Amino acid sequence: MIKGVIKLGYIGKSVIRKDAFEKVTGEAKYTNDYQEMGTLHAKMMISPLAHANIVSMDFSEAWKIPGVKAILGNEPYPLVGEEIKDRSPIAYKRVRYHGEPVAVVVAETPMIAKRGVDAIKVSYEPLPVVNSPRDGLQKDAPLIHENLESYEKQEGVYPNPNTNIANLNKIRKGNIEKGFMESDVVAEFSVSFHPSDHAAMETRGTIAEIRPDGTIIFTASTQAPFAIKKIMKWYFGIEPGKVIVNTPFVGGAYGGKASVQLEIIAYLASKAVGGKPVKLVNTREEDIITSSVHIGLDATVKLGATKDGMLKFAEIQFLFDGGAYSDKAVDISRAGAVDCTGPYQIDNIWCNSFCIYTNHPYAGAYRGYSHSEVLFAFERTMDVLAEKLSMDPLELRYKNAIRPGNTTPTQVLLNSSKVGNLHQCIKRLKVLMNWDEGQIIAMDDRKIRAKGACCVWKTSTFDTDASSGVILTFNSDGSINLMSGVVEIGTGTKTVLAQILAERMKMDINNIHVKMLVDTQTTPEHWKTVGSRGTFMAGRAVLKAADDAIRQLKDRAACILRVPVKDLEVGYGKVYFVDSPQINVDIKDLAYGYKFPNGHTIGGQIIASGTYTLTRLTYLDPETGKGNPGPEWTVAAQGIEVELDTRDYTYKILKAYSVIDIGKVVNEKAALGQVMGAMSMGIAFGGREEFVFDEFGRVLNPQLRTYRPLRYGEHPEYIIDFVETPHLAAPYGARGVGEHGLLGMPAALGNCLSAALGVQLNHLPLIPEQIWRMSGGGKNAAV
Amino acid sequence: MSSDPILSLLFLVNSEEKTVTVRPADTLLYILRVRLGLTGSKPGCLNGDCGACTVLVDGTPMKSCLMLAVEGEGKQITTIEGLVNTPIQKAFIEKFAFQCGYCTSGFLMNCHALVNIEPNASDEKIKDWLESNICRCTGYKEIEEAVKSVLNTAEGKH
Ligand code: FES
Ligand code: FES
Repeated sequence: MIKGVIKLGYIGKSVIRKDAFEKVTGEAKYTNDYQEMGTLHAKMMISPLAHANIVSMDFSEAWKIPGVKAILGNEPYPLVGEEIKDRSPIAYKRVRYHGEPVAVVVAETPMIAKRGVDAIKVSYEPLPVVNSPRDGLQKDAPLIHENLESYEKQEGVYPNPNTNIANLNKIRKGNIEKGFMESDVVAEFSVSFHPSDHAAMETRGTIAEIRPDGTIIFTASTQAPFAIKKIMKWYFGIEPGKVIVNTPFVGGAYGGKASVQLEIIAYLASKAVGGKPVKLVNTREEDIITSSVHIGLDATVKLGATKDGMLKFAEIQFLFDGGAYSDKAVDISRAGAVDCTGPYQIDNIWCNSFCIYTNHPYAGAYRGYSHSEVLFAFERTMDVLAEKLSMDPLELRYKNAIRPGNTTPTQVLLNSSKVGNLHQCIKRLKVLMNWDEGQIIAMDDRKIRAKGACCVWKTSTFDTDASSGVILTFNSDGSINLMSGVVEIGTGTKTVLAQILAERMKMDINNIHVKMLVDTQTTPEHWKTVGSRGTFMAGRAVLKAADDAIRQLKDRAACILRVPVKDLEVGYGKVYFVDSPQINVDIKDLAYGYKFPNGHTIGGQIIASGTYTLTRLTYLDPETGKGNPGPEWTVAAQGIEVELDTRDYTYKILKAYSVIDIGKVVNEKAALGQVMGAMSMGIAFGGREEFVFDEFGRVLNPQLRTYRPLRYGEHPEYIIDFVETPHLAAPYGARGVGEHGLLGMPAALGNCLSAALGVQLNHLPLIPEQIWRMSGGGKNAAV
Repeated sequence: MSSDPILSLLFLVNSEEKTVTVRPADTLLYILRVRLGLTGSKPGCLNGDCGACTVLVDGTPMKSCLMLAVEGEGKQITTIEGLVNTPIQKAFIEKFAFQCGYCTSGFLMNCHALVNIEPNASDEKIKDWLESNICRCTGYKEIEEAVKSVLNTAEGKH
């Protein structure tokens, strides 16, 4: 019989990744691995100052170097910016952050280009800097964008001209006064941290060329190849059909490759040399400060609760450090408003989320899109409140945990599909952490073991018309090529798509060939590979395309087998009659048109397609924030356990915990990998990573030896568990999970160390010296 | 073109003899990638911090961004393209020890040498070796499992 030939049940299995063999043999190609003869090389000159007027530029010595083909700079290019056009792709007359591109040399080799840059003479006149968002709001603060009023901008962005406010989003839910009256206890807490970096191992890079017919071709390390087409239209008026973006494997992204920057510079450089291909790749230092960074934040949270711990109001102010240009920062501050609280039912919420211009490198998306930042502020305040209430912090969270029937800050009414089961996550976390043994356990007179926990949630805030498409083409052996616009940034999403397809087609996953490269001319669009929505959106598109393929196969088989379509099934490499499966035809004989013995043929190659568009999303009301921003909220409870030396404040993270309502585990090892990786990043963000600025706003640590991600051996034991409450609109109920492991790590670490020391820690990163200072260290020291 | 002197040198890369023209200032990484097209070795920082460029020179892991090409003359150089069906590659696949894959070549070269040189490596020893490479995607647990599964000391190894 037919069944049993192929082992099915791909959903939930740790299927080997489709990119595995290429990646362990060095064959996987990334942008910088493409090197064609005749490609020219661009090199940026970057600003050594954070804020200055450019008084003069002299290119004459650089032009004398043989092999230099073009020098760009010192001219007014069209302004760019995704939400507000406030940035010159190459600075013109003024620099606003340390690392900003001021000139670009195009030459025959990278070495000549570098030599060209070294020969350029620039003289600057330094200007006073805005070195934090709080400084940016001061009355006498230097204005970073005097022309804010005249900049072109997108709908839904609310800058405040003649200030450094790039955007303000408001949340007004319920009545904050009423909430205050109902509260017995109020806790107010402020936190802050500097911007930091994504530190993807592959630095950003792009190759651009302009063909004789005007078609612009990019090879780019990006999460948003399709967005580049739209952006070229908005910035330069180029028709989307004239732009082709090729995106091979991407070597880590974490949001940092959703910004579009080098593509524009490379395009201008190519234009300057008559359309020849030009390659521009960041050095590590440029990647850290010149391209978009992880946003910083200054936040104040005020919470009120009844004596028995029921939350009554939340009053919140966020000052996001958007950096010198608004780019995605404006949208990040908006996302921060959308989920401005932790995952709790709160009737009365007031939030002002500001995006402030500073003289820091500009912010782009970062895994979690404002959530780990906002949650650090909120979840630290929850622990402060718990202490005031003399209540167990997890008990406080459990009492208020969001549930179906509650509403979010933007007043979305939740049901069990739209939100996961947070109560279940908290219960499970308490067991895993052995929470009831107490938060602090003394080990000896110096060392203690301490635990801290928090809760998180996140939805995505995509464009309301964001969509994803999939094309399936059949081969004559019955195997299927799967094309999706999802970029393989490391998440393994395309393997998950193959699992979904194999399950639906009841076929061997080895007969599914996934195209890893995205080519916007032939690959169907996937809005952007961001926000943990690949499996949901592209997965839905796969299911639709599979149904299309099944319909085509059945139509064709119906003619041949003379069986009504309704009585046919597809699976196990065949189309068969449900009543008697021995009446069947092989898919391989149908896939390229069925040929009768006399030569007559029915149909040609089967090509199937499907798209999925997010449904019923709305814009946010400008006054109240009311609106539906995303399809569902993934919730989780997380914790950290450290061993702390109370004498010198050094600590080791022993265990890190995540209990996430994932909806459905589709590929277990891939999911665990995503969660562990995100936790590792979150631990580094909370515990050690930040830009160190001097008083002039310069970044003092733009190298991987001074800016230190976690290294092997510094990782804790990860303890991860999943709850499965299906998101009904998603394939097999799976919820977004790529970011969630990160979200609570900084807050959990802060809560843990605060409990251990009896001091409310409010500044990241939590390095021993900072902890010592926040604990009052150094205050009385002799000068 | 540049006025640097150009040397013609003989390299032994992945057991094949290659004659390559190099400038004295070229790094081994540059020559491998640009002159020989062996792009499996990755640039991540070009100053020794990340390990993505790790290759084996006479069996010892070296950061090829820190070594001048001229120093590699006459030495046995092994890049990721020279590793075929080794136990560590299989282990990386089975344990999901990569995500984006960018750090993977460097880690594999380092792990492969570790397995050869220190087959009984302790936890401390493994840390000593592997902390020279950065992986930003995984939580290192998967890499730890992969490397331990091919060491003699592997727990539960059969
Ligand atoms: S590129 Fe060689 S160590 Fe980073
Ligand atoms: S797999 Fe991406 S850096 Fe290691």
